[in-house]
Formats: sequence, C-alpha cells, structure tokens
Amino acid sequence: MGGFGFYGKGLPGIGTDDLKGKLIVLEGTDGVGRSTHIGLLKLWLENHGHAVVDTGMTRSALAGEGLKNAKEGHTLGRITMSLFYATDFADRLENEIIPALRAGFVVLTDRYIFSLMARGIVRGADPEWIREVYEFALKPDITIYLRVNIEDLITRVIQHTGFNYWESGMDLHLGEDMYDSFVEYQTRLLAEFDRMVEPYKFHVIEASPNIDQVFETLKATVEPLLDLPHLKSRTSAD
Amino acid sequence: MTMKMYGKHRFPGKLFIVEGIDGSGKSTQIALLQKWLESEGYVTFFSEWNSSPLVKEVTRRGKKKRALTPMTFSLIHATDFADRTEHHIIPPLKAGALVLADRYIYTAFARDVARGVDPAWIRGMYQFAVKPTLAFYFRISLDEAMKRILGGREAIKYYEAGMDLHLSEDIEESFRLFQGRIIAEYEKMVTEYGLVVIDASRSIEEQQVQMREIVLEALTGTKKTRIRKWVDLGSMVKVSRG
Repeated sequence: MGGFGFYGKGLPGIGTDDLKGKLIVLEGTDGVGRSTHIGLLKLWLENHGHAVVDTGMTRSALAGEGLKNAKEGHTLGRITMSLFYATDFADRLENEIIPALRAGFVVLTDRYIFSLMARGIVRGADPEWIREVYEFALKPDITIYLRVNIEDLITRVIQHTGFNYWESGMDLHLGEDMYDSFVEYQTRLLAEFDRMVEPYKFHVIEASPNIDQVFETLKATVEPLLDLPHLKSRTSAD
Repeated sequence: MTMKMYGKHRFPGKLFIVEGIDGSGKSTQIALLQKWLESEGYVTFFSEWNSSPLVKEVTRRGKKKRALTPMTFSLIHATDFADRTEHHIIPPLKAGALVLADRYIYTAFARDVARGVDPAWIRGMYQFAVKPTLAFYFRISLDEAMKRILGGREAIKYYEAGMDLHLSEDIEESFRLFQGRIIAEYEKMVTEYGLVVIDASRSIEEQQVQMREIVLEALTGTKKTRIRKWVDLGSMVKVSRG
C-alpha cells in the first residue's frame, strides 16, 4: 500500500503511509483535450468500481479568490504570481488531493505542478528555483502528457475556444497581436513541457484529434496501475 | 527578465531591516531610525511584513478561518514578501532610496522552520530576496518579551502563539514554547547571515544610538536629497524640541 513519496522534504506534519489511493495526472497545454479525456477516464474508472475524484485548476478555497482578483488587475509581478499559484496548489494538495488519497480514491487531476512550473519559467522564473519550490508536491503514480505540436494546437484552438488573453501569454507582450503572441507563448510552453518529460517520467501520448484513439492509449497506460483482477477481466471482455 | 538571486542584486539604494520576536522593540527602533534619516535629508521608504494589498486579504481570511497549514502559511507569506520585493523594495532601491523593512526573510526562516518546514527548502524559496545592507536582530530573553507583550496589548493571536502546532492547550504556554523555538532559529542565523545583534534589554535611547552609529558607517557615499518635504521639516522641529 501507499508507496507515495514527495519530490523533496514534503509537507510538514503530513505522512504518506496512510495514502491508499492512486494519483493520476493529466498534463498538457491549453486546448489539447485534457478535460475531455479526464471526463472519459472518470466514467471508465467508475464503471469498473473505482471511486474517483477529479480535480482541476479550479481555485483553492484559500487563495482562489485572491488569484482571480490578482489576474483581473494584472498587477502582480512574476515571482509573486508563481508563489501565489504555489500557495493555491498547496492548499488543494493538502485539502483535496491528500484526503481523497487517504480515503482510497483514485484522484484524477487535470494538470499538476508541471503546468504551473512551465508557466512560471516562461514568465522568467528561474527553472531550478521553481523546481525547488514545488518539491513539497506529492509524486504522482503516473503523469500522462498529452503532447501536441504547435500547428495542430492552433487549428484546435481556432475551432474550439478562440484565443484568450492568458492562454496567449498577452501579459508577456510577445507579439503584435493575440495570434503572434499565442504562437510564441505556446511554443515556449511546449518546449518547457518537453524538457520535463525525462526528469519527471512523463508518459507521452500524442494528442491527435481522434478522441477514441487517444483514449484507447490512455486506458492502456492507466490500466497496469490499477492492479485489480476484475478490472482486467472486464476490460478484456469489453 | 531573468530572476536575480540573493546577493546578486546591485542597486544604488540601501536596505536596512530589523528582526526579532514580538516584544523585542524592533518596530520602535526602526521608526526612530527613519525619523532620523529623513531629518538628515535621505529619501526613505518603509516596508512592513504582511503588507501586500493583494495578498494580505487572503492571509487575513486564512488566519481567521484557521485554514492555514505550515506549508500554506509559509507559501502565502512568501507570496506577500515577493509582492513587497517587486513593488516596494526593488523600485525604491533602484531609485537610490534607503529602504527600511520591519521584518524580513529571517522572520519566515525562523517561524516556518519552528513550524516544521524544511530549513533548506525555505531558504531556497526566498532566494529572490534582496540581501540587506544591514540586518539588525533585537535579542531579548523570552521572559522579558513575555512581560512586555502580556502587559501591553490585546490578546495573543492564534498563529502567533503557534496554536496550530498543538504544543499546549494554554495559549500563553503555547506562545512561550513557540517563541522559544523562534528565538533558537534566530540565534542560528546570527552567524549564518551576519545579523547585527542589538541588546534589546538596554534602554530605547541606547539602542538607537548604537543603531545610528552602525547605519551611518554604512551610508558613506550615499547621496542625500536636496528636496526636503515641508512635512519632514515639521517633524524635525518636533524632534529637536523633544
């Protein structure tokens, strides 16, 4: 049971021995289809008898409101913003993720520290500094990285949501308009994710537009983790 | 755009900070120092702990609801400090001002480590801080500090007493235990960071004289402004009469 560890010294007063659940992280940039796959995975896991909690970038009870206000005002500096996000993440880790793991849930998280670190680095935070800050985080059982190239990402975003201020990194003034800025910002983010693949042991799945195909790969990646006989027999009968 | 680390900042201004437990008298001393520096014609800028307008509200609510763990307590204070650094410390230092800070990174190192946070981790997190020109540590015994605090003001607060650590059910006893741990952390930092120790059991005047002597030495070559504000002249008159 358990087998959880932290990247660094971890959280004061919180042990990992009684964490029975599984922590599954889905990472990737904006518009790559993470939430679609989280939804599908959740349904699939629940159908096989797992209690699932899905958490996303919804803000924490502690820092959520403050972050929202800060973003609206655009007045926080880069280091401040990075630490504000880290506070928000720590609150969710301690109050949502860890209690759910203790109760034996499968925790599916839509993004984790990796998105936060990539954003911080692209905004000028020192990479080593930000990695050290996030050493309090719990190591996931598995981190799946939905990878997309910039050309496909542009097509997806235009088809779905359009460009938005933060996803285009407009605060960084990288380009003349939202399109230029989006391309530059997302290219830099993707480069940061790629750099993390090895040190953080990402399982890379190419995020093609074919949802079924991606989901089949996802299931095959997650399945060995949930070592339950009935799950195996049920899936093979599917 | 790149992030500068502790000790790497080079600014024309100077940064003087005070540290010490509650009741050590550090705030009184830095206020007197500021009065004097202004009367000498320097441009000063005062910055206090927990003062970023954007972050303060989050901290206040978290404390009120007792929703802070040692980790989030540590991170939210670092966030606040980062905002202070980026908005209230670096710009005036760049402009050549004297920045005075009541509590600095050493407060976080002392308190958070007393709460069980890893000492190396927290030092790493605060690497973005500007290294102070001078860091004064007001050393006082726990008994003396307790006497001043219990005599002087409203009830001790939950987190100040370290009640979240469940050291004791009794708030005064918990405060004593927690502040004792904090003193131990400060004492370790005296050599680590070269803190200038001021004996806070001496009279206010004696401490201030000592502080001014040390600051004066650090100010050689620092420009004074020729522009004196009318308000400052007014306060000078009051000081000289008193």
